[in-house]
Amino acid sequence: MKNPTVVSKSLRVQQWREFWFYFSASKTAVAGLIFLIGVVLMALFADVISPHEPAEQYRQFAKVPPAWKDGGQIQFLLGTDYAGRDMWSRIIHGSRLSLLAGCVVVVLSLSIGVLLGLVAGYRGGWLDSLIMRVMDTIMAVPGLLMALVFVAILGPGLLNAMVAIAITYTPSFVRLTRASTLTELNRDYVTASKMAGARPMRLMFISILPNCMAPLIVQGTLSFSTAILDTAALGFLGMGAQAPMPEWGTLIAENRDLMLSAPWTVTFPGIAILLAVLAINLVGDGLRDALDPKLKRS
Amino acid sequence: MIQPIVKARDLQKHYPVKSGFLKPSQNLRALAGVSFDLYAGQTLAVVGESGCGKSTLARLLAMIEEPTSGRLSIDGVDLTEVNNKSLSKGLRQKVQMVFQDPFGSLNPRHKIGDILQEPLVINTGLNASERRQKALEMMSLVGLREEHFQRYPHMFSGGQRQRIAIARALILKPKVVVLDEPVSALDVSIQAQVINLLIELQQELSLAYVFISHDLSVVRHIADEVLVMYLGRPVEHSSKEVLFSNPQHPYTQALLSATPQVATQRDRQRIKLKGEMPSPIDPPSGCVFNPRCQYANQDCLTTPPVMELYNESRVACWALKQRRIGDEKLAN
Amino acid sequence: MPLLEIVNLTVDFATDNGSFRAVDSIDLSIDEREIVAIVGESGSGKSVAMLALMGLLPWTATVSADCIRFDGQDLLGMNDKQRRKIIGKDISMIFQEPMTSLNPCFTIGYQLTEVLCQHFGGRRRSYNNRAVELLQQVGIPAAETRLNAYPHQLSGGMCQRVMIAMMIACQPKLLIADEPTTALDVTIQAQILELLVELQQNNNMALVLITHDMAVVAETAERVVVLYAGWQVEQRSALDLFSNPRHPYTEALLNALPERAQGKLLNAIPGVVPGQLDRPKGCIFNPRCCYVQDLCRQQLPERQEGVLCHYPLELDLKPSRSSQDMVTDS
Repeated sequence: MKNPTVVSKSLRVQQWREFWFYFSASKTAVAGLIFLIGVVLMALFADVISPHEPAEQYRQFAKVPPAWKDGGQIQFLLGTDYAGRDMWSRIIHGSRLSLLAGCVVVVLSLSIGVLLGLVAGYRGGWLDSLIMRVMDTIMAVPGLLMALVFVAILGPGLLNAMVAIAITYTPSFVRLTRASTLTELNRDYVTASKMAGARPMRLMFISILPNCMAPLIVQGTLSFSTAILDTAALGFLGMGAQAPMPEWGTLIAENRDLMLSAPWTVTFPGIAILLAVLAINLVGDGLRDALDPKLKRS
Repeated sequence: MIQPIVKARDLQKHYPVKSGFLKPSQNLRALAGVSFDLYAGQTLAVVGESGCGKSTLARLLAMIEEPTSGRLSIDGVDLTEVNNKSLSKGLRQKVQMVFQDPFGSLNPRHKIGDILQEPLVINTGLNASERRQKALEMMSLVGLREEHFQRYPHMFSGGQRQRIAIARALILKPKVVVLDEPVSALDVSIQAQVINLLIELQQELSLAYVFISHDLSVVRHIADEVLVMYLGRPVEHSSKEVLFSNPQHPYTQALLSATPQVATQRDRQRIKLKGEMPSPIDPPSGCVFNPRCQYANQDCLTTPPVMELYNESRVACWALKQRRIGDEKLAN
Repeated sequence: MPLLEIVNLTVDFATDNGSFRAVDSIDLSIDEREIVAIVGESGSGKSVAMLALMGLLPWTATVSADCIRFDGQDLLGMNDKQRRKIIGKDISMIFQEPMTSLNPCFTIGYQLTEVLCQHFGGRRRSYNNRAVELLQQVGIPAAETRLNAYPHQLSGGMCQRVMIAMMIACQPKLLIADEPTTALDVTIQAQILELLVELQQNNNMALVLITHDMAVVAETAERVVVLYAGWQVEQRSALDLFSNPRHPYTEALLNALPERAQGKLLNAIPGVVPGQLDRPKGCIFNPRCCYVQDLCRQQLPERQEGVLCHYPLELDLKPSRSSQDMVTDS
């Protein structure tokens, strides 16, 4: 009989290969992934890549246009802002904050949302009603407005902004999980697990949850990208990351007055947001297609 | 004297159904008074159409739900007296179930090996390699190969999935297996393979089967005793030979008559049942079969009949009791 | 002249793993007022063949045939618009799942009158009386009130009757019933089959019954076509087929029925229907056939007297069994 560990190692390699086969079937997903990896690397090695310090002010070079335009300098590839800080360096460092915001928001809202959704769907009754009414209340208020309220209570800052946004995203995860749970609860395989003696915790997390993953993954990646957008929005309003943090939305806020006279100061952060969000959404779609075993053929 | 593995006495199951905001909830009598004894190595077939309560009976026997009233004992242990956790855990292992839909009864996100090992993980203290060993043994017992261990359910055909479901049901070495339409979703040639597997396993492991089916030709082959149900009530209970050669209850006769057969005479007289099975929320008063029965009289409309012994069958029928039909029919 | 004539129908599906032949060279001819059953297990292509005739297959399917003629008209050469005039009017089809075949958002009356409207023109309201008539014809009590009912308010048997009513509304010459009673209870099944035969006789229709249930075939059909994995293996009158099957698959299928078991175990057919990736060389049934010879493994059989086999079983003279015998001789 084969050594179990040897068997499982080669099996894992095979599983990764299989996963990649299905993921790479979508060219857009792969393109998105490459871009995303690039952004992640950029964030990780920001200190090394970035040509200047993000906070370094070159007073004499304020509002310098990008390198390819008249008056541009090669040392400031994307130009400088009102205080003479290099845009390219600030955008590179800003990627750290945006990715962090996305991660924290998604992890928080996903974990709380899945937990509440599973419990609501599985237990039903008054607990279900209670949870869903609370979620309905949160959803009744426009997300950004709600986040503003929370930030107003907690105080401005990037961390508080992330928590506030996470709270506003939780209801959609709860609803998705609850809906999937209700569908799966009546399936025979859940009954079979019950007959084998499975307790509610096992039923919820091991039997039912894996079958709810597909919509959660898609929602998770959409939330990641929307979180970046919302963090940028809060930053733009001055309630999120505070200046001089180079968060992309804050960058746009700082240079709001220069929109017409020095458009590169707001355009490039905007393009960065756009591309990051697009890449994440493409990867999310590809992930969903690759991870759903029912779509696979053997 | 050998004790029956399953002893059911007057099992009832009611569900409250809300009919409106302020109205009191109505009672759905899914099961009304089922009794039988089942011995090891025997097969009791439960036959009836949709809405007759056979699935509810399956759930009660599998201890997924509790009966509203009545007594049920498994392997000598009366379920109503069980409140000890370890006792109920031990009981659970004695009854397992195979479901109708081979595509829905296996968790699509788990590999076959994990599905088979799950009951062992929950109920036994075996370590990983011991569990794997047991699972592989069970797989070969039902005719699957080792390489199937790491595959997902969607990679298997319907017949293979039913084999996996059977393997999962047997891995805890139960005494009773409840089979809820196990072959209805399979092709004829695969049906035959799975039925043969079930018969062989029953012989080898002395299993008691409760075989729920609407397919009378399969029932005729595999059953020892047959219980016919209509709208939650038992109408006839006898051995297989007696039921198929001499059905007593009008519903049983109609059911047998309606079943198409290959060796058929084209113009045979069929007993035609008019109408459809009524809703279990609002059953007819008296004998629930009376709207569709050609022998219904005043008694049938007012009082429900009781299961009584006639020759070798237990039947619940006023017409039979009053000798208006049947072998002892009074000559007019 | 036969009402429906199909010669050499082949359907290929484009899949990730290459082209898959779901239906391979089927010949079928149906006369007026005939009841023909197409029998096969899953994967036999029985539904696909009829869906191909109706033009209801997805775009991944390629349908080719030497000839598909209905009532003298060439269906192959028609464009979609011309075909739509015939499909639904002169050829109708009812499906397996009655609860999902009807649109849950519209009432029965709406759906019935829509069919009539589509093919005969005019205002929908004017067909209400005809709708009631049809519902009565299929045995639905209190037909006038049922017109306003939604599908979910009806039972499975009722829904199937409504489907039948919809499909005979335009008085078709050919009615195809794809497993019409598989999802229904036995007593309701008997009612529906009786209804179909009655309608077939009263309306002078030809009826094609697609099913996997041999018993239903025995009770209803006049002629039987047996399909296996896309191949048409046998075509004979029902009486002959059940008393003397000539193709080994037909014989094995009949023997596997519980009714024909001798002894404790059933006569199961070993093996499984070949999928896309494990099609055998030569005769498609050879891995599971108990009469297989070397020729069967190498060469494709020719059709002899309606039987696609190198060694069709003679009435009482069977070729000697090979070593691949079935297990259960009791």
